[in-house]
Amino acid sequence: MKVRVYVSLKNGVLDPQGRAIHHAIEGLGFSGVQDVRAGRLIELDVDDTVTDEALDAMAKQLLANMVIENYRIERVAA
Amino acid sequence: MTFRSAVITFPGSNCDRDMADALEKISGTAPHRVWHGDNALPDGLDFIALPGGFSYGDYLRSGAMAARSHIMQAVIEAAGRGVPVLGVCNGFQVLTESGLLPGALMRNAGIRFVCRDVKLTVENNQSLFTSGYAAGQEIMIPVAHHDGNYFADAETLDRLEGEGRVAFRYAESVNGSARNIAGVLNAGGNVLGMMPHPERMIEPEQGGTDGRALFESAIRGLVGA
Repeated sequence: MKVRVYVSLKNGVLDPQGRAIHHAIEGLGFSGVQDVRAGRLIELDVDDTVTDEALDAMAKQLLANMVIENYRIERVAA
Repeated sequence: MTFRSAVITFPGSNCDRDMADALEKISGTAPHRVWHGDNALPDGLDFIALPGGFSYGDYLRSGAMAARSHIMQAVIEAAGRGVPVLGVCNGFQVLTESGLLPGALMRNAGIRFVCRDVKLTVENNQSLFTSGYAAGQEIMIPVAHHDGNYFADAETLDRLEGEGRVAFRYAESVNGSARNIAGVLNAGGNVLGMMPHPERMIEPEQGGTDGRALFESAIRGLVGA
């Protein structure tokens, strides 16, 4: 089964990369973009026996840095 | 008395030789070189150094993979017993990722990699690592990093300041670090993480010797003069 873990910066944490991307978007001539926040998508292929608790622990212990990031886990139907 | 130190090398570390060289030149004894795959540290260590570099290619986050390596479990345990641990640059990132120090090191606010000598202020000269400096002394130490922008929530920052755990502060704008923090101590005072490289300023040929006092302080504090 596919699992997607979305990792994003917490609100209030400055995102220099997002800001640079925003700047580049404007540089390409696109307008109307108010803000850009960059995150990370991690896809796992796991056995059906892997529990939500285990996925949560993986996210907390490694995939996200809880000081600066939040995460959201999504199980994807095959 | 001999100074027993160790330098940990991860795949992608690139300042491990500089660190080992500094420790050997200043203490007179070559440090043990420990590989990330080792399960145990040498017995009776006085000092552990986590060097700069790009451990595991900075995959996931700087220092994230190294912080979860086998040898780091041994370093965390040693730090818990009070063994002094110095993390420089990527070593600092490994220390925050492993939870030995609070906060996180994010991408530099200006996006660019910063590689130059910077002025630092010694904020706390009462620690094992900084007793060789004067309080408020301004020193020149090089930085070379992309992810040195120190972040912690306001409560943590206040606590760090209140407890004298900000060891060094940038005396100029470098990377967007909260309150210009360049180096922090743990609550026990035996773990120091800093982005600037003291091991690159120990001989006049390197452009200055302001980094020397950090190693001298620690060695003097641990094994006597």
